[in-house]
Amino acid sequence: MLRQVEGSKAVADAVAACAPEVICAYPISPQTHIVEGLSALVKDGSLKNCEFINVESEFAAMSVAIGASATGARTYTATASQGLLYMIEAVYNASGLGLPIVMTVANRAIGGPINIWNDHSDSMSQRDCGWLQLYAENNQEAVDLHIQAFRIAEEMSIPVMVCMDGFILTHAYEQVDIPTREEVKTFLPPFTPRQHLDPADPVSIGAMVGPESFTEVKYLAHQRMIDSLRKVQEVADDFERHFGRKTGGQLRSYRTEGADTVVLALGSVIGTLKDVVDELQLDGHSIGLVGLTSFRPFPFHALAEALKGAKRVVILEKAFSTGTGGIVTQDVVRAIEGMGIKDFTVIAGLGGRPITIASLREYLTNAMQENVERITFLDLETETIEKELSKERALR
Amino acid sequence: MSTTQIKFYQVGSFAVGNRLLREDERSVQSDPERTNALTSGHRACQGCGEALGARYALDAAMRATNDQLIAVNATGCLEVFSTPYPESSWRVAWLHSLFGNAPAVATGVAAALKAKGNHTTRVVAQGGDGATVDIGFGALSGMFERNDDVLYICYDNEAYMNTGVQRSGATPPAARTATTQAVGAKPGNVFGQGKYLPKIAMAHDIPYVATATIADLRDLEAKVERAMTMHGSRYLHVLVPCPLGWGSASCDTIKIARLATQSGLFPVFEAINGEVVASSKIRKKVSVEEYLKLQTRYSHLFSPQRNDEVIDHLQRIADKNIERYELMGE
Amino acid sequence: MFQVRIHGRGGQGVVTAAELLAVAVFNEGKHAQAFPSFGSERTGAPVIAYCRISEHEIRAREPIMEPDALIVQDASLIKQIDIFAGLKTGGFVIVNSTENADDLLIAEKLKVLTTLAILPATEIAMTHLGRPVPNAVLLGAFSALTGVVSLEAVTDAINEKFKPKVAAGNVAAATAAYEYVMNQVASNA
Repeated sequence: MLRQVEGSKAVADAVAACAPEVICAYPISPQTHIVEGLSALVKDGSLKNCEFINVESEFAAMSVAIGASATGARTYTATASQGLLYMIEAVYNASGLGLPIVMTVANRAIGGPINIWNDHSDSMSQRDCGWLQLYAENNQEAVDLHIQAFRIAEEMSIPVMVCMDGFILTHAYEQVDIPTREEVKTFLPPFTPRQHLDPADPVSIGAMVGPESFTEVKYLAHQRMIDSLRKVQEVADDFERHFGRKTGGQLRSYRTEGADTVVLALGSVIGTLKDVVDELQLDGHSIGLVGLTSFRPFPFHALAEALKGAKRVVILEKAFSTGTGGIVTQDVVRAIEGMGIKDFTVIAGLGGRPITIASLREYLTNAMQENVERITFLDLETETIEKELSKERALR
Repeated sequence: MSTTQIKFYQVGSFAVGNRLLREDERSVQSDPERTNALTSGHRACQGCGEALGARYALDAAMRATNDQLIAVNATGCLEVFSTPYPESSWRVAWLHSLFGNAPAVATGVAAALKAKGNHTTRVVAQGGDGATVDIGFGALSGMFERNDDVLYICYDNEAYMNTGVQRSGATPPAARTATTQAVGAKPGNVFGQGKYLPKIAMAHDIPYVATATIADLRDLEAKVERAMTMHGSRYLHVLVPCPLGWGSASCDTIKIARLATQSGLFPVFEAINGEVVASSKIRKKVSVEEYLKLQTRYSHLFSPQRNDEVIDHLQRIADKNIERYELMGE
Repeated sequence: MFQVRIHGRGGQGVVTAAELLAVAVFNEGKHAQAFPSFGSERTGAPVIAYCRISEHEIRAREPIMEPDALIVQDASLIKQIDIFAGLKTGGFVIVNSTENADDLLIAEKLKVLTTLAILPATEIAMTHLGRPVPNAVLLGAFSALTGVVSLEAVTDAINEKFKPKVAAGNVAAATAAYEYVMNQVASNA
């Protein structure tokens, strides 16, 4: 049903439509409205056969999820930033045990210094943990990705993080079509675990694996993650057949035909970039855009296809590896190896700094001329930086 | 005709296998059809108190629930020696997640069962003292506060044994561990540190808190079975001596546990909704010294000379317990 | 695209105002994107909320740099922050105040030609609501001044979002504000 609603509320309703059996979450800005929405639905009886556990920490949240999922329950939680970091041990445990938990990450910067606003440093820091990571471009996609996530997770036995920009999407009020429970039922069958805790057929889950087997266990997980790329697309295609709209999948191209320069980005900034690309094309520039939905697994092949013919790719990132540079850039560079495409990285939006059309236009105009550094921090206050650096130099 | 000297013991009415008892009074272990939840082949040390305690506790839980049980285990000796992949000693549905989250994972299992409308299958969580009083403390308190329907059993061998006998929040005063060495002016663990989890559990006003040891296995079984008649959060704290960590003979494990109770150092009692309702009386009081002397983790209290001050302090602690929990008399 | 920026202080329902406006726009079959500028959630601190209105899907997410309309829920902000920054020529300004434009120093600070309405929204709210919450009230004024959204759409949104008793008071107040501004516009013509 089409509604004008807050992103968080839309996600809560979408998750509820998936009939989760156990929801456990610890509040952290900017995810709070999602869990509040779900707790109300459980408490007032709208969401039946569901236990909502108010846990005492994010570590407990993921742990409760592990216990519930291992018992065969469809399980959901949500977090951001510091909360994600606090549960990391359990996050790795969940993927290691093959538990199809779905978790919303309301992307927020990691401190110190403490910052409650949006960037991708939280989910990016967990790119190796064995969870899928799907990034929503807008709240419609956020809704749809959660529904797709449960199916992908349960069919692959891999947990999924649905990443949506904190505040920018979670707290934005926009038009969203939220499928009903009945509509979701035909798309998402009940959870049938590969194995679960059952006194009638007891198994031991979580054994200690030594050097003689550990590599093989990990290799199989690696293979399964690669296989899930196909599943991500398959589920997105099936979603389109069911609901009539194209959301999810590996990536999407916007006006890249014949484009010399292609900008690549994840999340809500894709929307802003679409407006910028339109404006620049009107001015006669040869520029297009690729929005990445699936970051893990990384769609190497699909990206190489999408960038064929481009002279350069500009990767806009909302996180970076301290001392090294772009994170997404590393995967992109691997994808386009040998294709003769130059790469430029622009780090933007850190700690919630708004990414404006004006700044993007200016930067991209220069980037199209290759008149930018290999890596740029957008809207950096160079005066302040100079002052600080000379202070540090003086101290040394 | 050659003769062989044998010793004949009159073991008393409540020994395992006593056919003079009514069936419902017999211990779980006397039943050849028992689950044998922790079956043989595990890699525990000879004389491991925890292996003994866990087998008795889980078999009792299985009988009490008609085999409708799921067990959650924290990281530690019990988990490590029981599941060396690809083998497992567990004959019950069993999940090991992490070190600090057994209570939370158990909460999740219980929540899933409830969501599925399964009111028959019950949940037991188990962990060592480290997992319970230190790293899992927050999760345990959260579970208690929500009164989640889980029986949590702590097997207390008073240190982080699996990783090499390091001090935990349950390590008693003066005990030597790898991080409270018997050196310096005050050898061994510091007095005044450490958490007494049974009282903390009682402070949460949960339905049932009890302590037990492997010296009285019938009592352990009975407490597990009693706990399983209740719903909500229940806590059982079981003293399980560790020959390796305590520096005691493998054959002395049960004896040492008995001396712990008979000296008053480890009071055995039950509490309902935060109030003590019963305690096991000391049959024959012994001095703490008799208990300490069997363990080399306390040998620095006797050699090169007897440390009167510390031993007296420990005796006072024992006496205080006797008074507080009314361990003498009827 | 019509872009609205709403200024006020924490606790005055600035974010709710943007949401109500978005719902009103949605009810009239158009696209709306409303979002707050996210600061710490403290009562009394300056707060901004945004609402984009368009016939087409709205894709950009940047804060509204060049608003077509400004709603000022708390006039004390005029002297404290650069409240009119980016306001487009020919835009609209609605200010909640009992003072006049000169006393508010609007002429000094407002550099572009706009249509201005000043109304005692808090007082109107007190009369109809019994509480000094001017957010929904000012949307009535917005409707009258800009015509971007109808009063009916605004009152429908109010009824959707609030409980009946609170909604009734807000509807009455928004209607009163609408009429106040319509009269002001008529007498200025």
